Amino acid sequence: MATSITPAREDSPEAGELAPTRRGRYNVLTRYDRRVLMLMVGIPLLLEIIFIWWPTLSSILLSFTNYDGVGDVGPQNFVGLKNYQFMFSGYTLFWPAFFHNVIWLAWLAFIATPIGIFFAVLLDRELSGTAFYQSVFFLPVVLSLVIVGFIWELQFSPTEGFINNAFGLTKANNIIDWLGNPRINLFAILIAASWRHVGYIMVIYLSGLKSVDPTLREAAKVDGANEFRTFFRVIFPVMAPINTVVAVITTIEALRAFDIAFIVNQGKNGLELLSILITNNSISEASLVGFGSAIAVILLVISLGPIIVFLSRVMRTTS
Amino acid sequence: MSAAAVRAPRIRPARVVLHGFLIAMAALWIFPLFWAIYSSLRPISDTIQHGYLSWPSNGLSLINYQTVWSQAELPYYYLNTLVIAVPAVVLTLLLASMVAFACTQFSWRFNLATLMIFTAGNLLPPQVIIVPLYRIYLATPIPVLGEIDIGKFAFPIFSDRGLLYDQYIGIMLIHIVFQTGFATFVLSNYMKTISKEITESAIVDGAHVLRIWWNIVLPLCRPALAAMATLLFTFIYNDFFWALILMSTGSKRPITSALNNLQGEFFVNNNLIAAGALLVAIPPILVYIFLQKQFIAGLTLGSTKG
Repeated sequence: MATSITPAREDSPEAGELAPTRRGRYNVLTRYDRRVLMLMVGIPLLLEIIFIWWPTLSSILLSFTNYDGVGDVGPQNFVGLKNYQFMFSGYTLFWPAFFHNVIWLAWLAFIATPIGIFFAVLLDRELSGTAFYQSVFFLPVVLSLVIVGFIWELQFSPTEGFINNAFGLTKANNIIDWLGNPRINLFAILIAASWRHVGYIMVIYLSGLKSVDPTLREAAKVDGANEFRTFFRVIFPVMAPINTVVAVITTIEALRAFDIAFIVNQGKNGLELLSILITNNSISEASLVGFGSAIAVILLVISLGPIIVFLSRVMRTTS
Repeated sequence: MSAAAVRAPRIRPARVVLHGFLIAMAALWIFPLFWAIYSSLRPISDTIQHGYLSWPSNGLSLINYQTVWSQAELPYYYLNTLVIAVPAVVLTLLLASMVAFACTQFSWRFNLATLMIFTAGNLLPPQVIIVPLYRIYLATPIPVLGEIDIGKFAFPIFSDRGLLYDQYIGIMLIHIVFQTGFATFVLSNYMKTISKEITESAIVDGAHVLRIWWNIVLPLCRPALAAMATLLFTFIYNDFFWALILMSTGSKRPITSALNNLQGEFFVNNNLIAAGALLVAIPPILVYIFLQKQFIAGLTLGSTKG
């Protein structure tokens, strides 16, 4: 092993000599070092490929088969687009689940995320008690959606919940079954999910706002712009990178939605979601591996949108 | 501070409205939690007698907590989580910091592509990969290496069925793989800010890369590592999905995933549900109280830089 490194670094006379030959600097790496570096990247990369990307590819391949999990899958299982045809036209749960995901996304994008941004803007100023308000809105963010679901069941439960008791809605003729009625239960769990999402977005947006050049705001003030105008004309545009991140997070959260619907009623009766159909078809109830994979492919295709947006942003900032 | 002090004497109506609004919102936000705490402290007999919306006639008690703690055997489930989460966090940080180190301190041809593979992998919804992953877990044999026995629960070191499925190590593995994507992204953003000169001069001085990674770069990343450790622990503690699907033995499940079964079996009324949920929420709430800075730093490192 090499001898002490730190002192050498401090008086490093070599550093100056190294600069002109920047391009060739990897020649200094020994063969041993190169191998070590290769392993440092290679082992995690291999795990990532085996357990993330190979299953992703397999989902696509399996979606063209009628594989049922018994024995090995082979060419005899190939059924072309049959799973997709059935999904779009025969399977009654697909479109409801698809639209529930769309509603989930719309709710987060047009209600919960804007509230989070609004809170961030309100709290990003010299205001006594800012830290207190931030802490309160942030609290649900550390909790799992499972706990969030439990906590909100105490609000929504029909005869024992706070809401119905507080508004006198517990009698047989006026009872509201917030989590059981398929026409409203999606919105009830969206309220619960938003309780957490708002704080998440607030924290991310606040950290972005803190890095906005304060002179921009001063300049807008001098020009006589009110706060509303200042935000939409000056702050929002310079926050473009954070806005992208927030949009990506919001979309991914909507596509990943699973836990809270599962906790409430296993994702049935108004709470069907694409993520839940995948597991219900291929793992728990039936073993329709091929068909479940076809639903997974739909989810994958939709997720590629935000993923590509995010990656292209990473590309732009690194190059 | 000084600006606020100067402004303080003038009470502006806009400020009053703003505070009024924020206080109302804060009350709204805290209420569900407050209600859960209140419910959890009331014996169910008291609630049944007087209704949910009433003051307790015989005072509050911790009876619901005692019931849940002992009947549902919660301590074992905390242990299940710990057995999975602690090694998973450590290994994730090791793997991710290695990739981040190699990709930021040295310019390889495939640097960007590598980082993309990790970043994109973490953005995928877990359900996209679950069907084949479940099959892989069912088809991967692993050796049996004995077990640690503590009373009712036994912790097989590797496997008690010879498969990756239904194992602590299986759940640990998928957490490591999935979170390495995220941690690599965050740590590489952080390491980019470390001057390459440091690594360069150390190499010229004859230090091996492993030594540079461990003795020079990792100590410089301490704040980011602390933030990520906090965040990853909370993420893994809060995971419901992986253990729900990739583990079948109810008593082996980590606490968040186990809640679903406990709900039907032991949490037979709302007050017990409240007590159970709050007990399970204690570790994240401790994170919230003591490590909020690190947690927020972790969240924002992943979003604002890079």
